[in-house]
This record gives sequence, C-alpha cells and structure tokens, in this order.
Amino acid sequence: MAINTKYARTPRPGGGSFELFSWFFMRISGLLLALMVSAHLIWMHYVIGLSNINFDVIAGRWTGPNGTFWRTYDLFLLLLGMTHGMNGVRFVVEDYIHSPGWRVFIKTLVGLILFIMVVMGAYVIFTF
Amino acid sequence: MQVTLKVQRLNPETNSIPYWQEYTIEAEPTDRVLDGLIKIKGEQDGTLTFRSSCAHGICGSDAMRINGQNRLACKVLFKDIGSNVTVEPITGLPVVKDLVVDMEPFMEHYRSVLPFFINDDPIPTQERLQSQADRARFDDTTKCILCACCTTSCPSFWANGEYVGPAAIVQAHRFIFDSRDQGTDQRLDILSDPEGVWRCRTIFNCTNACPREIEVTKAIGEVKKAMLYRKI
Repeated sequence: MAINTKYARTPRPGGGSFELFSWFFMRISGLLLALMVSAHLIWMHYVIGLSNINFDVIAGRWTGPNGTFWRTYDLFLLLLGMTHGMNGVRFVVEDYIHSPGWRVFIKTLVGLILFIMVVMGAYVIFTF
Repeated sequence: MQVTLKVQRLNPETNSIPYWQEYTIEAEPTDRVLDGLIKIKGEQDGTLTFRSSCAHGICGSDAMRINGQNRLACKVLFKDIGSNVTVEPITGLPVVKDLVVDMEPFMEHYRSVLPFFINDDPIPTQERLQSQADRARFDDTTKCILCACCTTSCPSFWANGEYVGPAAIVQAHRFIFDSRDQGTDQRLDILSDPEGVWRCRTIFNCTNACPREIEVTKAIGEVKKAMLYRKI
C-alpha cells in the first residue's frame, strides 16, 4: 500500500485481541451481575426476609431439593463477581502504575488473589 | 461589569512552579474570556502569554481550562460564567509558558491513526460519489478542529500520556466510517493497541468538553463495536 506509515503506531506485539475480549467480557458479565445480584438481593431481603436469614436457611438451600440450582447460582455469582471486579482492579493498575516492574508485580498479586478466592469459594460450594 | 480573572502563570525561565495572578478588568457582559485576556495583555501585563488565532471557534488555538472546564476562550462569554473567572492551561500536556502548552504529544497521537484518505483504486475522472446516508454516517466527527479540549479533559490521558486520546479516535472514526476509504483495517489494528481505544473508560469528560458538540464518547464506542464485529 502506497502510504507513508512513518508516523503509524505499530500494534504491540502479542497484544492480540485480549483487550477486546476483556472489554466485551466486562459488558456481558456486568449485565449478568446486575440481574443476578438484584435477584439475589430481592430473594434474600423480601422473599426470605432479613430477620429470617441464618445459617440453617442457607445450609438448607444448598442441601435441599433445589441444591444444584443454588450451588450453580452462587458459583456463577462468585466467578462473575471476582473476575469482573479483579479485571476492574487490573484496569486501575494499567492506568495509574507506570513502572513496568510494579505493574507486573501488582497484576500478578491481583491474579493470585482472584485464583485463591475463586478456589476457596468453589471449594465451599462443592464440598458443603 | 467588573471581572476578576485569576490566571495560572508559569515562566520556565524564572520559576519552575506555576503561580496564580489576579487581574481586574472592565468588560462588557457580552465580551468573551479571550477579549479579557487580550485586554490584560494590552493594558496591564504584556508578559501574559496565550494562543489565539481566528478567535471565532474554528481554528482551535485557544483551548484552556476556564472555571475548571476545558473551553475555547473565544466561545465563552462573561455573562454566562460570572465575574470571577479562573483560567488555567489545558491539563496533561507540558506547559511552555502561562497558558501555552506543547501540542506535540497530542499531534503525535493524531498522526498515529493515519488521519488521511486511503484508497488505492485508480483515480476516477470525477468525484468519488457518496450517498447522503453514507455521508451522514461520519458527519459528527468531521466537525473536529483538533483543539485538544477532549483529550486534555480525559482522566485516562492525564494518568497515561501514551493513551492515543479521544481526539485521535474521533479523527480515525471520521475515516473508518467513510464508505470511500479503504484504510479501515489498518486503523482498527492501530487502535486495538492496549494504548488505543481500550484505555477509554467512558468517563464522558470528552463529550462535555467538546466545543464543537461532537458526541466523542459515542464515536469511541462505535469504533470499539466495529472492532468487536470484525472478530465475530
């Protein structure tokens, strides 16, 4: 192509479509979270009632006839909430931390926290 | 009416930290902030430095932060903003002197999106015709005057000067959605860089700042969507 690309910004190697995927994921997960968290909030506060919430209610829900549904629901809340939230933290790190070393360090930390929290949460949900 | 202008000053030859200086002038309510600055420079303090060229909101030279918002000094009347006016240089670009900033980082980002017509077809003997609907598709972004009000109001750009910035994306949008242009893929590749459109957090400061009332955030969103539809 006969154009002068002297001033063209060269795409970063390895950047690929990760940022595109990340952006799209935030839209979808945000929408799902808004619906699922609202439903959860209404269920807990109005259907069950704030004064009736205790350990037995939650335990009964997970072990009762709808146990699989509630465990799946809670697992998705955990996965979506953690990945959406931690990706948001990654955005903040990318925006405000300029030193490459610190960036890698804090992003690794964020990834580690994400992994540990998801594993711990999933462990409780599956083995309860 | 009597107007007090509080201006942020910096002369890099004598001081390294910006300071505030207040001027009181007599002005008509229909005078513009630019008129006030010219009056100060002419009658009170010839060292006050600022850019202006056409003075009618077309050239985009006199972008500055007026009462905390990025505006063109030639488009803001005293009657609309009152008699206590604060004027600062636009933020995120190095200050050369007083209200004059170095526009080169901004222009570098502008050049990086290939802001020119790309079409390798044989040159036709007449105009490249375009339907009214095709022209309307990118009409909004043709209004940009490169004043930098949007880019220097963007917190993402303040935080990271490597971000290509809203103005450059608006300029890319103008060609990406032009049916006669063939450089869409190249521009989308360039803007898919992590420092490209993905640095935009839809804060909408750019849309608020634009003196040409371009829907900047919407244009950026359309570029993001074009990238998504290209992949799926």
